[in-house]
Amino acid sequence: MKYIDEFRDGDLARQIGARIAAEAHTDRRYSFMEFCGGHTHAISRYGVLELLPPNVRMIHGPGCPVCVLPIGRIDLAIRLALERGAILCTYGDTMRVPASDSLSLIKAKARGGDIRMVYSAADAMAIARANPQREVVFFAIGFETTTPPTALAIRDAAREGLANFSVLCCHVLTPSAITHILESPEVRQLGTVPIDGFIGPAHVSIVIGSAPYDHFAEEYRKPVVIAGFEPLDVMQAILMLVRQVNEGRAHVENEFTRAVTPEGNLKAQALVSEVFELRPSFEWRGLGEVPYSALKIREAFAAFDAERRFDLSYTPVADNKACECGAILRGVKKPTDCKIFGTVCTPENPVGSCMVSSEGACAAHYTYGRFRDTQPATPCAASRLPPLSPSAGGGRHQRPGEAGSSVPLGGVVSCVASGAPGATES
Amino acid sequence: MKKNYIRPLDIKHGRIDMSHGAGGKAAAQLIEELFLAAFDNEFLRQGDDGAVLALPAFDPAQGRLVMATDGHVISPLFFPGGDIGCLSVHGTVNDVAMSGAKPLYLSASFIIEEGFPLIDLQRIVKSMAAASREAGVPVVTGDTKVVEQGKGDGVFISTTGVGVLPPGVSISGRNARPGDVLLLSGSIGDHGVAVLSQRESLSFETTIESDTAALHTLVAAMLAAAPGAVRVLRDPTRGGLATTLNEVARQSGVGMLLQEAAIPVKPQVDAACELLGLDPLYVANEGKLIAVVAPEFADVVLAAMRAHRLGQDAARIGEVTADPHHFVQMATRFGGRRVVDWLSGEQLPRIC
Repeated sequence: MKYIDEFRDGDLARQIGARIAAEAHTDRRYSFMEFCGGHTHAISRYGVLELLPPNVRMIHGPGCPVCVLPIGRIDLAIRLALERGAILCTYGDTMRVPASDSLSLIKAKARGGDIRMVYSAADAMAIARANPQREVVFFAIGFETTTPPTALAIRDAAREGLANFSVLCCHVLTPSAITHILESPEVRQLGTVPIDGFIGPAHVSIVIGSAPYDHFAEEYRKPVVIAGFEPLDVMQAILMLVRQVNEGRAHVENEFTRAVTPEGNLKAQALVSEVFELRPSFEWRGLGEVPYSALKIREAFAAFDAERRFDLSYTPVADNKACECGAILRGVKKPTDCKIFGTVCTPENPVGSCMVSSEGACAAHYTYGRFRDTQPATPCAASRLPPLSPSAGGGRHQRPGEAGSSVPLGGVVSCVASGAPGATES
Repeated sequence: MKKNYIRPLDIKHGRIDMSHGAGGKAAAQLIEELFLAAFDNEFLRQGDDGAVLALPAFDPAQGRLVMATDGHVISPLFFPGGDIGCLSVHGTVNDVAMSGAKPLYLSASFIIEEGFPLIDLQRIVKSMAAASREAGVPVVTGDTKVVEQGKGDGVFISTTGVGVLPPGVSISGRNARPGDVLLLSGSIGDHGVAVLSQRESLSFETTIESDTAALHTLVAAMLAAAPGAVRVLRDPTRGGLATTLNEVARQSGVGMLLQEAAIPVKPQVDAACELLGLDPLYVANEGKLIAVVAPEFADVVLAAMRAHRLGQDAARIGEVTADPHHFVQMATRFGGRRVVDWLSGEQLPRIC
């Protein structure tokens, strides 16, 4: 495939891998968080980890739209289908996310709920037009990438007077989630999540631009490299992050110049602000209530807001006690740290949301990477490193290069790249 | 008394109604004018409840029968490169052939929804008859049932096949051994993408046609090329290549290592999968097979496959490994390695 295969070239990958190995200082560790599930998926599917030196570690972030959806939100969607008789249209990934009462959308469908998988908000509108006597609700989830199409659907529905169409809006915002992670005790005080920099979102950044990340680079002294979702994009971004860390810089750099501009897609942004406004607070799975982190439909389009239309009230529901999705989404734990990973919780019978979407950290590791767990834990380079001084953790006033490393004493370091993510050392 | 006159079926405008499944005259007429006309052979012409078949002349102590059955519920019924009719012949012929047997006879059972147009039924039955003739495997007995409108989806077809296994042939999913070579008969994902392209909710244009085909002559050529060398044969239908290899790995208690660069995928299939968020490794095929072959005969069998019309693009895609965890792994084109797992649930598309 032209314009795609070029970004999956194995020879180039090995060259970049060699550069990373040459430039990464052997006396320190590099921990980067890839925020997006798209990156998590690319890293696992193409085997990027094996091309990295052992002291470069990737931490999976919370940027999987399905994974951060709290149980209570799925419950709302199920209620619309089962109790209100609505046709519920949803993206495919959402179908298997576990909800209350051992239900999920796919199980609610088997119980008679009219739940249909669609590829776009426009498909849901078409279903509404074809079924004028039925209520049709589009279950709108996702980050800034999927928000503009939802906004367009609502605006068009208003223009054409599509009276039986409404939207259950669960759109969330990337920058708020990154701030939340950087402000979390694990990163700021405890230092259990050593983050030296971020691989910034690909498709989200096409919409919002690269400017919104300037804040993280400046305020928190964390380099951000915006990267495309192809594996070579990821490799190149890691190399750029290693260089920033080595040089003590914390800038926003753009690897994905073929699609991302500083200001982003202004037309899409205008459309989104015409239809949506900020929610004061929204519950994320794993992160809890995050202020100003999600969108709701403006009063002017209230008729298309399923929450108002069906007078829905949100009830938070606690995750399964054994499930570590919350800690995994914050980067505190790895999938293999979870007791039920791969035993009770598998892609066939997911307990937590991270095991559902192929972009989820658990599903990605289970589906693509679990052969590594069975290999003998070869000592990785990191374990041979001399003891490191604890970093300030908070990082707000710390230059990444100054402390030598952000890996804290007693921190959990895995040998991901050497092939044993299950092996933890302390 | 006037000669008994039955108005012929109005195939052009007629539709299936409940009387066509009631066992009366209407049912008899449907069978005669539509099914028998298409499938016509000496066994069906006997007109009895069961077909009386001649056994091939094998030593009864050694020759064995192979029987396989397959239900077909595909939607849409007609797709680029085929339809449910030829598919229902190929599917069962291939299931019989994957044991190394020579398929001999088929049965067919139709469950038809009330209101189904006769012209569509005729098109399906004719396609089925053509496929059966081309394969040299006659439909020798059959059944028709009609269900009320809304209780079916046009037509469902179940077929059963019987074949004979020549003495000495032993092919099973349990036979793979470490060191064996994995051969694939051609490009993967064609059937699934061709069918998906016709789905109402997706409808995209593609030049890809289903690969639906009967593989028994390809199997015969492979077995003749190196008797005893082929240990496992499978046709990777639902769940695709990935799922089929995992089945074999588990049955045989082995692992596998695939080379991504060696697996043939047509550019159009690759592009469609990319757009839909699918992985060709999990997309269905209906005219492909994988073979696990003793390493010393791999080249001979591969050459025999490539010499056959249905195996021109055959490739050596990996090998069997010793692995207590029975993982199917793949060296990616990118230079990394990953697990190729069982298909979980339906193959759901990613959203961003």
